[in-house]
Amino acid sequence: MYRYLLIAVLIVQSHVSLAQDPLLPEGLLDDPFATPETTIEQDETIDPTLSFGGFWESRIGGRLVDDNNQRSASLSEIRLQLEFSKDFDLASINLVGDFIYDHLADQHSIDLEKGQGYFDLREANFEASPTDNVDLKFGRQILTWGTGDLVFINDLFSKDWHSFFLGRDEEYLKAPSDALKASLYSNVVNVDLIYNPHFDADRFLDGRRISYYAPASDSIVGRPTGIITEDYPGSWLKDDEISLRLHQNVSGYEVAGYGYHGRWKSPQGQAAVTGNSTFPALNVLGASARGPLGGGIANMEAGYYNSQDDGDGTNSLIRNSETRFLVGFEREAARDLTLGLQWYVEHMLDYGAYENALSSGAKAKDENRHLLTSRLTWLTHSQNTEWSLFAFYSPTDQDLYIRPRVSYKIDDFWTAEAGSNIFAGKDKHTFFGQFRDNTNAYMALRYGF
Amino acid sequence: MFKVLMFLFVVSLSFTVQAADLTSAEEIIQRANYMSYYQGKDGRAQVIMTITDSQSRSRTRKLTILRRDESETDALEGNAYRGDQKFYVYFHRPADVSKMVFMVWKHLKGDDDRWLYLPALDLVKRIAASDQRTSFVGSDFLYEDVSGRLLEDDTHELLETTDKYYKMRHTPKDATSVEFSYFDTFIHKQTFLPVQAVYFNDSGAKLRTISVNGVATVQGYTTVTKSTAENHQTGSKTVMEYSKVIYDTDLPEDIFSERYLRKAPKKYLR
Repeated sequence: MYRYLLIAVLIVQSHVSLAQDPLLPEGLLDDPFATPETTIEQDETIDPTLSFGGFWESRIGGRLVDDNNQRSASLSEIRLQLEFSKDFDLASINLVGDFIYDHLADQHSIDLEKGQGYFDLREANFEASPTDNVDLKFGRQILTWGTGDLVFINDLFSKDWHSFFLGRDEEYLKAPSDALKASLYSNVVNVDLIYNPHFDADRFLDGRRISYYAPASDSIVGRPTGIITEDYPGSWLKDDEISLRLHQNVSGYEVAGYGYHGRWKSPQGQAAVTGNSTFPALNVLGASARGPLGGGIANMEAGYYNSQDDGDGTNSLIRNSETRFLVGFEREAARDLTLGLQWYVEHMLDYGAYENALSSGAKAKDENRHLLTSRLTWLTHSQNTEWSLFAFYSPTDQDLYIRPRVSYKIDDFWTAEAGSNIFAGKDKHTFFGQFRDNTNAYMALRYGF
Repeated sequence: MFKVLMFLFVVSLSFTVQAADLTSAEEIIQRANYMSYYQGKDGRAQVIMTITDSQSRSRTRKLTILRRDESETDALEGNAYRGDQKFYVYFHRPADVSKMVFMVWKHLKGDDDRWLYLPALDLVKRIAASDQRTSFVGSDFLYEDVSGRLLEDDTHELLETTDKYYKMRHTPKDATSVEFSYFDTFIHKQTFLPVQAVYFNDSGAKLRTISVNGVATVQGYTTVTKSTAENHQTGSKTVMEYSKVIYDTDLPEDIFSERYLRKAPKKYLR
């Protein structure tokens, strides 16, 4: 009896030990030198130099506050983005285009500058590296640099403010530029030089979809009377833009210097006779630094905006020169939860001249506009759900703008998204306060392929 | 005759040396660490990742990983193989992450430097160093599984030597920094490849198991071709299949810079 028990115990023990020892993986032999040499190649029937993709998306949105100047729907559109790229030996081409049916658009005729109509071309460029340390990119492209998070100082590339405030995907905050970009790389410094042969304005707030404050009538205006007529500086080579960046990564710390010669990207002036909105001349010099600090990432950026057409600040129709400064910090607060904070200030130069030139009764801007931002990003459901909250708050303007958003990846193809753009402010003439009647909510469904 | 005898003697001696079991936990984990993360001076692999949740819903990711070691040597003596590393992770699929790049400069001392490139915005985003025990792209593998856990974070103990494996136990020095209380590994005796790692909580229940399911020899390097991570708490499971593996391609260091975030180094990714 005792013997049987012992055997039973031994069997159990050996089974336990067997269960604990993993089997050798396929291909791993006791004698490694007996394992045959292999090259692991996958059957590749698709041409690896060719890439094709895109998405289909439907997006709707509505206003949450009554605005007599606007329709109650804020978004109602279907979009098909197609993307194609092909690599050749010495160069590659990239094409990205959006076919759009925008139910709220005033016109459907195609305007590739304004991004109006049934088709918007986002990228159409040609890339090449003529030598080991030079990259060239010619054509329509999306351009971004600088360190701010949704706050821009030295990034003077075109933005699409309609898309941003109405609740399109964040990628649409960036409008395309038609440019020639040359990048030179060396151990000392890297140089990016970008030339836009004609002026690429922002897709600015023109009153069609977002109501804004008009100083002339001291009221918030929109459709139809407030729609902006602009004098667009559209002549080739004359109304050009040059952007320059010198940058280097010094053992993990990224430092950069910037220069820009061109125009204010959204209207910041008014023609004296017609009253049309204008894009006055602008030169910018700036610098930035970004790197690890205290377990997070810290960034700092500064810029001097020289509003050339109003050098002494005495012209009340043109925005004054200013200096801008930004400092930010981002770190992981908990697993899958990131917190970012920024402090930004715009300091108007020649403030005395501005005050003197201001017509009587007009609302004066503050000399310093302070802005605090916070970003909270939280990933849940195996990182398939993203909860995000971005808030702008200005203690000087006493206004705020909050962007809550949630998106869920249903599977490898479908994504659902909902969010809101909330504006509030004490006064109707401040930067975000003027948008207080535009508070909206949106939802979208996207199929990516 | 003497020569033949001498030869046989030397050969048998070398076999004996080879067959002799190691008894130093330190030596075993250094060899295992080398096998898992440092073979060759650089490497590339294409990874297909399939994440299947407890309700059998599956998601797929396809990515290419480039790795470059700062250390010039693979020598185990004095742990010369160990050093900082750079990783470039290019996403092919699914569509919403296509052409995104995740870049890491992994430091043995101090936080890693990490960047994310978002192609639709042409945005080079710096990302804060994160908890290394965060899921890697939503899978059951953690960042630390992909790039390696610092050996100095644990104490290592050789539990048992079987005919195939060294069975090791690793206990974190700082128990509050991790979700497990210890983990056991089975390290293949001949190759020093860790074949399985099992993570336990403080009551001894299994939290997560990582297994190697397929191995091949590529350019003389014993290479994992398939591995699985199973989360026993959620019932979720992730399989990683490696293909197009290549070592020692003389990957230039500047591939791991902003330049190539914005302009993917296609010839190294293909």
